Amino acid sequence: MSSKQKQKNELRTDKKLNVYAVLTGLSAGIINGVFGGGGGMLVVPMLVHLLKCPAKKAHATAILIILPLSIVSGIFYAAFGNFNLEVGIPAGIGVILGGTVGALLLSKLSSKWLTIIFCVVMAAAGVKMLLF
Amino acid sequence: MKYVWFGIAGVLGGVLGGMGMGGGTLLIPLLNIFYKVGQHTAQAVNLLSFIPMAVVALIIHIKNKLVNFKRIIWIILPGVVSCIAGCYIAKSLSGYLLARCFGGFLVLLSVFQFVSEIKRKN
Repeated sequence: MSSKQKQKNELRTDKKLNVYAVLTGLSAGIINGVFGGGGGMLVVPMLVHLLKCPAKKAHATAILIILPLSIVSGIFYAAFGNFNLEVGIPAGIGVILGGTVGALLLSKLSSKWLTIIFCVVMAAAGVKMLLF
Repeated sequence: MKYVWFGIAGVLGGVLGGMGMGGGTLLIPLLNIFYKVGQHTAQAVNLLSFIPMAVVALIIHIKNKLVNFKRIIWIILPGVVSCIAGCYIAKSLSGYLLARCFGGFLVLLSVFQFVSEIKRKN
């Protein structure tokens, strides 16, 4: 392959990856805005499969993507009068404490069974909210 | 006493969030199902309580060189635009309808995660 052709191919892949990047951002944003969370669970597989990011890096990179989105969405939700300090402050303190524990636990527990249990709990909560 | 319960919901959501399993997807239904917090409020609380934890986690991950900055602007900028659109969509829905949609979203997510976990080789 001539170097000119090679350059052309690289440019094409580059463009394709930029389109995937925009798609990833758009999907993460819409989920984050409508549902106030859960965007990360969408971003991680998109980073891995579309943008060929290694799984471990994808988890960390997802936080960098979701953080600005949560700040923007949080400001809009608060401006619409949806934030409630009575719930927000105790829950926020809990999240920080729990988050530290979770990050420390991560290296110690096998996550396969934990993920499966979590899926069952999530599905049960989902069915309850969807139907009842 | 109710503050303690909100705190406990936060801890449970936080543990999962810290483990990278999507804490918000637990905190929001906990607040909605057990504490009867309105769906919009539960979502707002989740968004804002995520911020301090994410900042700390991000600093650690950047130090460990786990964050991939390539094309990040191509992801974040469209994301900001669509999340603002998403906020207006959420605002236009009643709490009742938003909670039902969120339930459907949770079911889809759990099926998707279950399948990919089963497929994953370790």
